[in-house]
Order: sequence, then C-alpha cells, then structure tokens
Amino acid sequence: MADVQPVIDMAELITDSLDSAVQSTEVKGGELIVHADRSSIVKVLTFLRDNVNCQFKILVDVCGVDYPERENRFDVVYNLLSLTQNARIRVKVQAREDTPVPSVVSVFNAAGWWEREAWDLYGIYFSGHPDLRRILTDYGFEGHPLRKDFPLTGYVEVRYDDEQKRVVYEPVKLTQEFRNFDFLSPWEGMQHQLPGDEKATVDEDEAAGEGEKA
Amino acid sequence: MSEQHIRNFTLNFGPQHPAAHGVLRLVLEMDGEVIDRADPHIGLLHRGTEKLIEYKSYLQAVPYFDRLDYVAPQNQEHAFALAVEKLAGMEVPPRGQYIRVLYAEIGRILNHILNITAYAMDVGAMTPMLWAFEHRELLMEFCERASGARLHMAYFRPGGVAQDVPQKLLDDIDAWADEFPAMIDDLEGLLTENRIFKQRTVDIGVVSVEEAYDWGFTGPNLRASGIAWDLRKSQPYDVYAKMDFDIPIGKNGDCYDRYLVRMYEMRESLKIIKQCIADMPPGPAAVDDNKFTKPPREAMKKSMEALIHHFKLYTEGYHVPAGETYTVVEAPKGEFGVYLVSDGTNKPYRCKIRAPGFAHLQALDMMSQGHMLADVVANIGSLDIVFGEIDR
Repeated sequence: MADVQPVIDMAELITDSLDSAVQSTEVKGGELIVHADRSSIVKVLTFLRDNVNCQFKILVDVCGVDYPERENRFDVVYNLLSLTQNARIRVKVQAREDTPVPSVVSVFNAAGWWEREAWDLYGIYFSGHPDLRRILTDYGFEGHPLRKDFPLTGYVEVRYDDEQKRVVYEPVKLTQEFRNFDFLSPWEGMQHQLPGDEKATVDEDEAAGEGEKA
Repeated sequence: MSEQHIRNFTLNFGPQHPAAHGVLRLVLEMDGEVIDRADPHIGLLHRGTEKLIEYKSYLQAVPYFDRLDYVAPQNQEHAFALAVEKLAGMEVPPRGQYIRVLYAEIGRILNHILNITAYAMDVGAMTPMLWAFEHRELLMEFCERASGARLHMAYFRPGGVAQDVPQKLLDDIDAWADEFPAMIDDLEGLLTENRIFKQRTVDIGVVSVEEAYDWGFTGPNLRASGIAWDLRKSQPYDVYAKMDFDIPIGKNGDCYDRYLVRMYEMRESLKIIKQCIADMPPGPAAVDDNKFTKPPREAMKKSMEALIHHFKLYTEGYHVPAGETYTVVEAPKGEFGVYLVSDGTNKPYRCKIRAPGFAHLQALDMMSQGHMLADVVANIGSLDIVFGEIDR
C-alpha cells in the first residue's frame, strides 16, 4: 500500500523527537499506534499537538481497555486527529488501579469528560484532573462496570416501592440464572494436543527416564 | 442602608424539560439572569451498551448501534460495519456500498430535519416542526421498505446490507428527492430571515476555531466555526469518493451559523442521493461469502450447506481476526467512531463508541458562560444533542 509511507515517516519523527517518552511505535492496518510512557503522556500529547509536522489538534477520544491477566491491567487509549496532515494517531499508555495517569485536561479541554468516563467505567485514576466525578453511572454507584470482572447483570437493581413512596435499591434477584452460552465451535477451541495424546508418543529420553524408574 | 447579601443561585434545568432534548439534567449557577457555570449531569439514559456488546456476537451487536443516536440510526451501524469489515478484511460489492451511502444520506436528512425543527421550536417557532415532520415520516417509510423497520433499521451489516432494495423503491426515493427542495425553501422562508429567530441565535454561543479544536468539535459544529473538514471528503469511505458535493461552512461559529450549515447540508445530501440512484450498479448487495452473510432463504430449502451456514451464523456467529481499529464515519452530528478490539473470537473484546454529542455537550459550559438563561436553550438546540449516543 502506498499510503502507509507517510504514517511510517510520522512514526519515525515521533520516536526521534520524543525518545524516552515513547516506548515503541507500530502500524496496524494503516493506523499508527504509539506506546507511550505513562508519566510523560502530557509531554507526548503536547508535542503531538504543537509540532508543525504533526498538529494533532483534536483529541477525538480517550478510553480505557481492560486486560485483567496483565500486570498493568488497563490500557488508556488516546485517539488524536490532525486536520492539516489528514492523519490519525493512537497513543496508548498502561496503568494499574493504583498507578494514576496524569490528566491531559491542560492540553486538551475535551479530555475532561472522556477521563471522567474512564474513571467511572474502569476506575483508572487521573491525577491532576480538575473535576474527577462519576459521569455515566447512577449517583452513589459502586464499582466500575466495564471491568471484565464486573458481572453483566450488576449487583443492584431499583424499583419503585409503593409503601415507602420512593425508588428503592435492592440486590439483583434474577428470576433465572444468567445464561452466557458458549457458542464457540469445539473445532475452534481445539488444542494441538488432545487429552491422551501425550501417552501415544513418548520422547526417547523421557522413555529412558521412565525405564530407569521402573 | 442595610448590607445587601448577594449570592448566586442554582437552577435545575431538566431532566424533564422540553428544551433539554431528552434527559439532560443541567445544574446552572446563575448570577441573576446570567449563567456563571453550566454543569450537565448526564447518564440518565445509560444502558451499558459497550458492556452488552462485549457479550454479544458481532451480528447481534448491530442493533445496539441503532439505539445510540436514534434519530439517524443507520449512520451508527455504518461505522460498526466498516470497523468489522476492516478487521475481517471484507470488501463490500459496489451495489452494497451505493445502498449504504444512499441510506446514510437519508439518515443525515432525517437527523437535520429533526434538529432544525426542534431547534426552531426551542426558540419559539412551532410551524417548522409541523411542516417538516411529514417528510421525516416519508423518509422513515423508505427505511421501512428497505429493512422492515421505520427507525431501528439494523440494515447495514458487516459485509453489506441486510437485503437488496427493489427498483421501485429507488424510483420513489428519486421522486421524493425532487420535491423535497421545496420543503427546504419553505423552512428557509420561515426561519432564515425571521427576525425573532435571528435575535435568538445570531452571536449566541460563539465558538472560535481554537475553541472548536480544543473541545473536540466535529461535524456541522466544527464546520460552522469555519473549518472545511468533512470525513466524507477527507477520509472517504464506501463510495463517497465518487460523489460530487460541496461542504458548507460557517463564518462566525454562532448558533445561527450552525443552523445554516445544517440547512445547506440537506441540499448537498439530496445531491448525493440523486447520484447514488442514478449510478446504482447491479449486482449483489452484500459479500458473497456465507461465512459472514446469511444465505438466501430459498437456498436454505434446498442446500444442506446453506442450512448449516445459517445455523452457524445465528448461533456462533463469525470469528473476527485479532486486531484493533478506530474506524470513523461522518455521522450527521459529527465524527462517530468505533474503537473495536478483537481477540479472535466471535465477540468483540472491547467496543468503544465515540459519540460526537459527548464532546459537544461538554463544551456547553464554555459556550454558555456569560449568556442569559434563554440562550442556554438556544445553545443546546444548536449543538444537536441526542441522549441515546451521549449516555450509551
């Protein structure tokens, strides 16, 4: 593809100018992804906004992604758009529950609500945010619903109580068990080694070892 | 003279207010009649769409996009369809692309009719809504004839569209596109030079170019500030590259310009609709690969393979190769993006929905400071806010 070249040039420019703040860059499907250092995210975004060859002046989106099996379980993803270069860039930093990400509200005012949303839904803490309240969930909501370990049904449900004349919160009572069918075809999930395969072919030195035991 | 105690007072605007365009709760700090601070409380329509999509197959996720911005449902589906196609490496046949562009523009007109007329009603004009909603109904009839549903079409599927459209429908849309400009003229006659309308909108909520960048404006709101930026031109998807249309821009970035931009955009959308119908090629309307799109009902009666495909598609769904993409469309309200992360199974690992209204509503505080209470209503109307997409 011919149109990938400017993206690669942009990646080189960014790695050259930001050296230690940028861990790596990659191009996936023509989209440029920059893995940045968490503590220097403000520096990275300021550079991307102000550099003449970048001019990513619009922060279109900030969001979290949860990978519970990783040590740094959250990705914070910043999507930027440059009108002059007609280019997009995605900056990613990694975080844990207890490692705050510096807020970028000082660079882009638009980040304010997106960061509140990431805090609300994932519990990613943004340090230096002027107004880090919950945004989408109910007043007094507990937990961070978009984490992978938060159940789809949630923990509380509300109903109008006619005796108390108000809406009451109660633990979720499911009339039937939550059903999450595994539709994955057995062929898709098949391992290379089937159960029992290990008995059929035995390596020579293993066989020798077993022989010694016997 | 006794000491005067002056203090700001707080006003709750909504969540049930006809000018709040849905369930917006706005906490206004007022200094007399002047706004000191506007704090929108959103989330009253939060349904956890992104969480639900993580538990659904790719095909089951499509209808959730209808329910985001329910004023122009097909445009949201378009973004999701393009994102899945990008990850799965599908190439939609030309007829499918033309149908999608045709219906995306119908969606844009649906949206702009609602926004302009509801906006006019917010600032005191009742008639535009009564007049123009007849045409909205006609357009929804076209949607019904293509997909079976007036509003929530679930029509743009990854791989193409749900089913082909008959020629009679295209002819009817063409005939409608001939008579609709008269309605736009009528609306312009009612509003554009209307003294009351101009008094309520000109120089209200001015957004400069720098502010528009800073607050993440896109779509008509960005263009009203004077920036000729339209994803249909700059990063064209489907067959927009072949279409001939102009991008209207404003000069002052006030409420009046945002209204004018939308008004002109409807005429440009009509141009695109005309071109789509004139150039509509024959052929299939969706990818001819039954691993992704359903086999025809007729084949299922005769072919065992088609029956298996149908069963697998509607139980397991298809697997999308691992990867991630941020795919955008120019929705009527601005840049609608889907950040899709796939882990190679039949369900999206993460589907972040970037709603344009979210960024726009955030800027309401900046726009309204120093304005009168009544101007907040004009600002909300001109930003084109629908809570389905903001609260998700």
